[in-house]
Amino acid sequence: MTYQEKKSIVSIVAAILIFGLYCAYKYANYPAEGLTTDETFHYWGAFVLVLMLVSIIAHIVISIIFNIIFRMTTGEKEPRFADELDKLIELKSNRNGFFVFILGFLLAMGSLVMDGPVQNMFVIMIVAGFLSDVTGSVTRLYHYRKGV
Amino acid sequence: MAKNLVGNHIRRLRFNHNEMTQQQLADKVGVTRQTIVALEKGNYSPSLELAFRIAHAFGLPLEEVFYYGEHVE
Repeated sequence: MTYQEKKSIVSIVAAILIFGLYCAYKYANYPAEGLTTDETFHYWGAFVLVLMLVSIIAHIVISIIFNIIFRMTTGEKEPRFADELDKLIELKSNRNGFFVFILGFLLAMGSLVMDGPVQNMFVIMIVAGFLSDVTGSVTRLYHYRKGV
Repeated sequence: MAKNLVGNHIRRLRFNHNEMTQQQLADKVGVTRQTIVALEKGNYSPSLELAFRIAHAFGLPLEEVFYYGEHVE
């Protein structure tokens, strides 16, 4: 298995772990009483911002650890640049990821139109963001294994 | 995944050029080893520019490295 394939798998596992653990942590701390509209926006705004921050930092740390383990186990250095195949695969993975996110965004707007609670809108958007990340990584893995 | 119709003789040519490694060819033409692996497996059709760079690396014209459609050795 090549560097890019391993990296895609690590990326998928990391995304699932980070999102799963963060959601489990926030679920345990979810306010028991009903929230006012202002508090709801504040809670979910903080949820998204902290999730993004935690996710970026965790991805960087996992990427560094992965590169170290890759060098130690294979004796190879990770590629230092992206060539035409990498760029093509990146484009396809971004396209699929954005498509999933747009679907989630439309669903979230749909829930508002159907007079659903504001929480639903945030939950759908956050899940769409997560699924879009995973879709991008799965697309990358698929194209590195099966070709373009 | 649609079948890739652009084939190549890169693996054989590497062997004939002092058993050049995939990494050596990748360094010569400015791509990653992963791309050479994908080319040899027939999983990727290179850009025209990369095809020319690979042909130049072997000192051969393009049509002696790449072919289109079915090919009988």
